[in-house]
Amino acid sequence: MSPKSLSPPLRQLKTEIEGYAREFGLDFFETVFEVLSYDELNMVAAYGGFPNRYPHWRWGMEYEQLSKGYEYGLSKIYELVINNDPCYAYLLESNAEVDQKLVMAHVYGHCDFFKNNFFFAHTNRRMIDEMANHATRVRRWVDKIGVEKVEDFIDRALSLENLIDYHSPYIRRKPDPQRAEEESKSNDRVEGFKVTREYMRGFVNPKEFLQEQRRKVEVEKQKAKKMPERPQRDVLLFLLEHSPLEPWEFDILALLREEAYYFAPQGQTKIMNEGWASYWHSTIMTRRALRDQEIIDYADHHSGTMGTRPGAINPYKLGLELFRDIEDRWDRGRFGKEWDECDDLRARRAWDRKLGQGREKIFEVRKHYNDVTFIDTFLTPEFAIEQKLFVYGYNEKRNSWEIMDREFRKVKNKLLLQLTNFGQPIIEVVDGNYENRGELLLAHKHDGQDLKADYARDTLKNVQMIWRRPANLITKVEGKGLMLRYDGQNHSEKKVEL
Amino acid sequence: MSLKIHQDHSRFKEIVRGKIKANLKKYVQKGEMIGKRGKDVISIPVPFIDVPHFKYGHKEQGGVGQGDGEIGQQLAPGAVQPGSGKQAGQGEGDHALEVDVSLDELAQILGEELQLPNIERRGHERIVAQKIKYTGINTTGPESLRHFKRTYKQALRRQIAMGAYDPRVPVVVPTREDRRYRSYKLQNLPETNAVIIYMMDVSGSMGDEQKEIVRIESFWLDTWLRHQYKGIECRYIIHDAVAREVDRETFFHTRESGGTMISSAYKLCREIVKADYPSGSWNIYPFHFSDGDNWSADDTRNCVEMLRADILPVVNQFAYGQVESPYGSGQFIKDLRETVGDLENVALSEISDKDAIYQSIKDFLGRGK
Repeated sequence: MSPKSLSPPLRQLKTEIEGYAREFGLDFFETVFEVLSYDELNMVAAYGGFPNRYPHWRWGMEYEQLSKGYEYGLSKIYELVINNDPCYAYLLESNAEVDQKLVMAHVYGHCDFFKNNFFFAHTNRRMIDEMANHATRVRRWVDKIGVEKVEDFIDRALSLENLIDYHSPYIRRKPDPQRAEEESKSNDRVEGFKVTREYMRGFVNPKEFLQEQRRKVEVEKQKAKKMPERPQRDVLLFLLEHSPLEPWEFDILALLREEAYYFAPQGQTKIMNEGWASYWHSTIMTRRALRDQEIIDYADHHSGTMGTRPGAINPYKLGLELFRDIEDRWDRGRFGKEWDECDDLRARRAWDRKLGQGREKIFEVRKHYNDVTFIDTFLTPEFAIEQKLFVYGYNEKRNSWEIMDREFRKVKNKLLLQLTNFGQPIIEVVDGNYENRGELLLAHKHDGQDLKADYARDTLKNVQMIWRRPANLITKVEGKGLMLRYDGQNHSEKKVEL
Repeated sequence: MSLKIHQDHSRFKEIVRGKIKANLKKYVQKGEMIGKRGKDVISIPVPFIDVPHFKYGHKEQGGVGQGDGEIGQQLAPGAVQPGSGKQAGQGEGDHALEVDVSLDELAQILGEELQLPNIERRGHERIVAQKIKYTGINTTGPESLRHFKRTYKQALRRQIAMGAYDPRVPVVVPTREDRRYRSYKLQNLPETNAVIIYMMDVSGSMGDEQKEIVRIESFWLDTWLRHQYKGIECRYIIHDAVAREVDRETFFHTRESGGTMISSAYKLCREIVKADYPSGSWNIYPFHFSDGDNWSADDTRNCVEMLRADILPVVNQFAYGQVESPYGSGQFIKDLRETVGDLENVALSEISDKDAIYQSIKDFLGRGK
């Protein structure tokens, strides 16, 4: 790939747009734009935005989709930006000037979001280098071990790549080892409450109480012997720490897990991130950067990005509208107790406290929220009606998808459910020594939806092939407990009581 | 320019075609994109591989959408895309054409699928022809190659730049420096000439179904040979009791009746080869399809003689496909097998029905002749 340095007109555009972005208060890493031809751009996009990834067929699959879409004139990538310091963004060589402006403005929105949103705080800002390192590591293993073996292992690991703990970067799941040790020491002797007068001992700490305490400590100790102590969502980590992996397998699994964590926040903030970038391209373009003769083209492309289909949510559209709604509400003071309790429709409609806090509020929102909390906090019934949101479902009788409901509660719940854990089932490691035979026991936290059975079986097989001992999964099918098992040769299942 | 992703890309394609990694084959799904070509709505297949994950059954899941519509109203087919949203789904709709592979790619797939060897070209080691190609513009050259328009433009540009151009008196006078000439390059073209001579029996016993088989089979033969030789020529001969040369259209659509004299076709074939395709510089592929019901043993003897003496020595491979007709299969293939079947540039194949085409193509092309 041969990135061309920016041509003078583009450099000038960059300076101009960057100026507007700063003027509006956006705060971003230094941003590097590179101009690519369409097939180079397709390649980079297929690689997830990076110029260099480990060899694997799935990039080829992405590439095929992108290039077919482009060649038949169905789709075209407008912007591509990676969370890195400096931020890298790509421009399509053949785009018209107005498009390049639009893309730049959009990109500065993203960069600001990457830098400031809380959920990106832990991400590796040197990921470009890291990805290239991963590529080198995998290539080295391919040379040593053989392409088939390495690729098969990657396939297997990819099948488990969503089994990570999306929240773990922000909380401490495991006690820090030093503190844990101190605690366990102090717990060994059970003395009951502190007694200042010796003759009161029997009253403060009666025998039964002490026995009860000792029993509890015993139970705790028993638990501690269990592996893991409590159910662990980071299945990949558990496999890394406890499976009998070859060094090359360990290395590859570890780097795949690292990549999964790097991409996780982008999935967690898709609506906000795209909404925020769209808000800023729209603001910068319409308030500052657009020239008269560019309006039509801009409007055409903007509306193309904002288009909605009945069967899906467009994150660009939803995010943009929600940010605008928040801005408007905080500008006019349409929040808080007084607003919530006002039943007078006329008063509500005319409500304007002239607070002008909108801009400030959305900057705060982009810092502290992710998609789930964003929707949960700011999606209002008025907004849902205005945006014509609905819940759809599958009608078995008519064999088609149809609109089920427009009721606010249901729409919001469905949306939140879709966003929680990316709408994927939550799977935890419950026991790494199940039945005391070194088998692995996973559990699916059932929330009303059954797993896709054939996929579950095949995935379980992939778990087993990494764990090497039989793997089990507890789930529910049609309300009844079921345990799936793969022992390395055969699948089996049995009913269990939950 | 070659991108490094092409490696991943071809690997993906091989998986989709089931060539490598059979364990992934069952996860290959048909996706499609809906596109337009002219007025037609076409479906562009985009296969993808859905690696298994723990996930919900999509139909149970449903989702949130946006737009107009009453409760209970159906969503347009294809509106809901299973998978992660980015992947193309299986929509339905009335779009007829499918665009997927180019013929060249098809030939490649065919080659891989049937494990066809690349054809060994024979005779002339490497006949290289030189071809002149006009590729650019130069400031010097012979007057006969002067590019008038470019010269004029150059002159105009110069005059405007000098301020000597007056739109009211638009006189443009080129000077020596304005002149532009076409420039050419000599290109070496590896030359491979090839001709396919199709012969088909159209006697009364060859029904529509038999012709359909011939047509399908010749399409694939054609595709493969075209992939191997650029600029291939085709000749078509039909025969019953007499043979004549026809165009492609007629070849596939004529139904005649009457007896069968195969020798007539071979005679014509021989003449065509002699007249137009000196064997020193041509790769020649006669294919003959018939139901094998020849008129007489005499005629068959005649055919064999002609093959031996005149045809087999000059062709790369002579192929005979015997199609089974409603009246049963004839004797001809047995006769050939006994007489010339051992020769290495003779390919014989019996095609009992459409399913046998596959094997027959392999019989014909499997030797790399």
